[in-house]
Amino acid sequence: MAQLTRRSANLLKPFSASVSATRHLTTSDTTPITVETSLPFTGHKIEPPSRSVETTPKELLSFFRDMALMRRMEIAADSLYKAKLIRGFCHLYDGQEAVSVGMEAAITKKDCIITAYRDHCIFLGRGGTLLETFAELMGRKDGCSKGKGGSMHFYKKDSGFYGGHGIVGAQVPLGCGLAFAQKYSKDENVTFAMYGDGAANQGQLFEALNMSALWDLPAILVCENNHYGMGTAEWRAAKSPAYYKRGDYAPGLKVDGMDALAVKQACKFAKEHALKNGPIILEMDTYRYHGHSMSDPGSTYRTRDEISGIRQERDPIERIKKLILSHDLATEKELKDYEKEVRKEVDEAIAKAKECALPDSSELFTNVYKKGFGVESFGADRKELRAVLP
Amino acid sequence: MWLCSPLIHSYSSTSLSSRHRPNRHNPPPSPPPHPLTPPPRSSFSVKVACLIDLSSNLEVHCIERKTSFFFIHCDGSLTSGLNLSNSRSARLSTNAVATKQDNVTASTASKPGHELLLFEALREGLEEEMERDPRVCVMGEDVGHYGGSYKVTKGLAPKYGDLRVLDTPIAENSFTGMAIGAAMTGLRPIVEGMNMGFLLLAFNQISNNCGMLHYTSGGQFKIPIVIRGPGGVGRQLGAEHSQRLESYFQSIPGIQMVACSTPYNAKGLMKAAIRSDNPVILFEHVLLYNLKERIPDEEYVLNLEEAEMVRPGEHVTILTYSRMRYHVMQAAKTLVNKGYDPEVIDIRSLKPFDLYTIGNSVKKTHRVVIVEECMRTGGIGASLTASINENFHDYLDAPIVCLSSQDVPTPYAGTLEEWTVVQPAQIVAAVEQLCR
Repeated sequence: MAQLTRRSANLLKPFSASVSATRHLTTSDTTPITVETSLPFTGHKIEPPSRSVETTPKELLSFFRDMALMRRMEIAADSLYKAKLIRGFCHLYDGQEAVSVGMEAAITKKDCIITAYRDHCIFLGRGGTLLETFAELMGRKDGCSKGKGGSMHFYKKDSGFYGGHGIVGAQVPLGCGLAFAQKYSKDENVTFAMYGDGAANQGQLFEALNMSALWDLPAILVCENNHYGMGTAEWRAAKSPAYYKRGDYAPGLKVDGMDALAVKQACKFAKEHALKNGPIILEMDTYRYHGHSMSDPGSTYRTRDEISGIRQERDPIERIKKLILSHDLATEKELKDYEKEVRKEVDEAIAKAKECALPDSSELFTNVYKKGFGVESFGADRKELRAVLP
Repeated sequence: MWLCSPLIHSYSSTSLSSRHRPNRHNPPPSPPPHPLTPPPRSSFSVKVACLIDLSSNLEVHCIERKTSFFFIHCDGSLTSGLNLSNSRSARLSTNAVATKQDNVTASTASKPGHELLLFEALREGLEEEMERDPRVCVMGEDVGHYGGSYKVTKGLAPKYGDLRVLDTPIAENSFTGMAIGAAMTGLRPIVEGMNMGFLLLAFNQISNNCGMLHYTSGGQFKIPIVIRGPGGVGRQLGAEHSQRLESYFQSIPGIQMVACSTPYNAKGLMKAAIRSDNPVILFEHVLLYNLKERIPDEEYVLNLEEAEMVRPGEHVTILTYSRMRYHVMQAAKTLVNKGYDPEVIDIRSLKPFDLYTIGNSVKKTHRVVIVEECMRTGGIGASLTASINENFHDYLDAPIVCLSSQDVPTPYAGTLEEWTVVQPAQIVAAVEQLCR
């Protein structure tokens, strides 16, 4: 993520002491390193890919940078929500960052990603900026959806991020539609349609999978299994919690979603498969530390020991940190300093977002219709222009 | 005797022109058609709706049962009036003017245009648009190899291939979702619901994703989708296959709704809907697919927000759409015999309402009857009543009468089904009561 490094470099210009630390954290070293994933992959009707993943120091450091930024952003969003600057629903992704960064490492911006409402980090991964994120969360007009979408409606058309949807399950047919359009225009890209273990029980998923498999659409269905559908554990909601097998005729792969490299390997494998053979289901075994959303404490249906246990054993950032340290790509101090920089960067973005203006009242009527038909609502005698919907 | 009354249209505040709405999406206008001499008046003994092109500037649309009526679209000032440089289609439908004819003789021979049935007109519009833009594709149940359950897409799959005319499984929710996802990337899909009632399964997709995505993404995505299908009460099809979905969809922000009623407006509206960048829901009616009419050979696109003046009059404004138009015209004949002069407007655009045409009519007649097929509660008529009351209250001499279907599931038995919908006799009675 050159963008992030450039930004941090710019922000740090006055602080010459720490410049060297950040610069060191962005190496252009691409000597391959082979790492074994934490767990082997499990396949359903398919031969799983190998456990050994090729990566580079550059990539590992970028994983760390991106995940640290995402983690910091989500924690900051938590405080903003409690300070009542973010209202409504706020679903946080901390703990699941590896899925986003691993996926980005395997694909291009021409491939499409679509997800439900836990979209802040995926938006960031697709190239969104911190300012756009916080401005949108606080409902300012500089947000990515001009303040009219909110936490659940982040979109970035130019880098293939299709949202951001409030009603879970509905994004999967949309994702298959994106794959349909990719097949229609024959452009050798794929679509990752993400959903959770809760939404995995939606009927429209199976309908969409049926159609994708029927017409060999390049759709990859990614189930981010964080084991809880809001307050309901997966064993209480699904007869068959092996979500990667749910595709029946469609092959599936179970991946350790807390290991960014495993995710990267799986996504790369899935992309190759989808372009040749049609849809495949990926189940990312992951975990969210926060509750379902900010109004859910997250402790009524699971124990704090469980949460802290996972944080100790499987935290994605810690894993990458260990890899970086064991391969001597950076020192402990440098990583800590970088996290401090990230914190500062996020705070600055929040400060800037707080100063952004709220949308104008005329924006209430903009973007209801696309300019063209039905855009002007006249008064009865056609002389009085009641509202213009540009 | 021709009655041609161009309505004053203050589109630009200074120009005085015939009622003509520019279509910003239309291609540049083709050269003006050749003027022809008006052919002799004609009469027909067949019970069909037919269109005769009397001259380049005049189109005649007639419905005939026992006596003959002529409804002439006054197109006169299209060529003479407004500046045509801002991309308008050559033939936009303008207001129709009616005149009564006695003693007419038939001469169907050398009439320009071609005769076809409504479903063929839909197919023609669809095919022309698919030819014109490779991004246009159709999805629905049995639209491809079977040719469409009402034959609207017949012959298209062999011509354009399976990917452009896609046979979907019975999964309305997800194939509507798929179409919306495809539209987000730039394709222009047309979703066919085999019966509008089946689209209730896709309500989430239509409301949340189709209607709202343009807004919630801050304008990043447009959804140029057309959702079409037959609805309405048919011939004893049963409750679940006789639904009027326009009343459920009308509140969804961000969508447009139109209803076609004749082959002429079916083709025009289909083309306009496909070219529109907004999501459009096109309501067809199960019983109107076999209507025959003569439509122009030249390409034409109608305006999606415009209402159609079917028969001008002085005493009362009757607003209607889709199949009820024919019940109203039947009632109109009886009313004319009894000495009333109803003005009949086919509102066509269900969302947004064409308050301009409707308003002018109300100002002229001061009495309104709405005849619709929706249920009494929460139908299009209910919204239209509220809208007219809000905007034109001062011009009304009497409360608006809204005749709608009964708030019951449509029964199977023929007689019961007849009583569910509005019949011409009821319309006549309502007008007589209103005009007392």
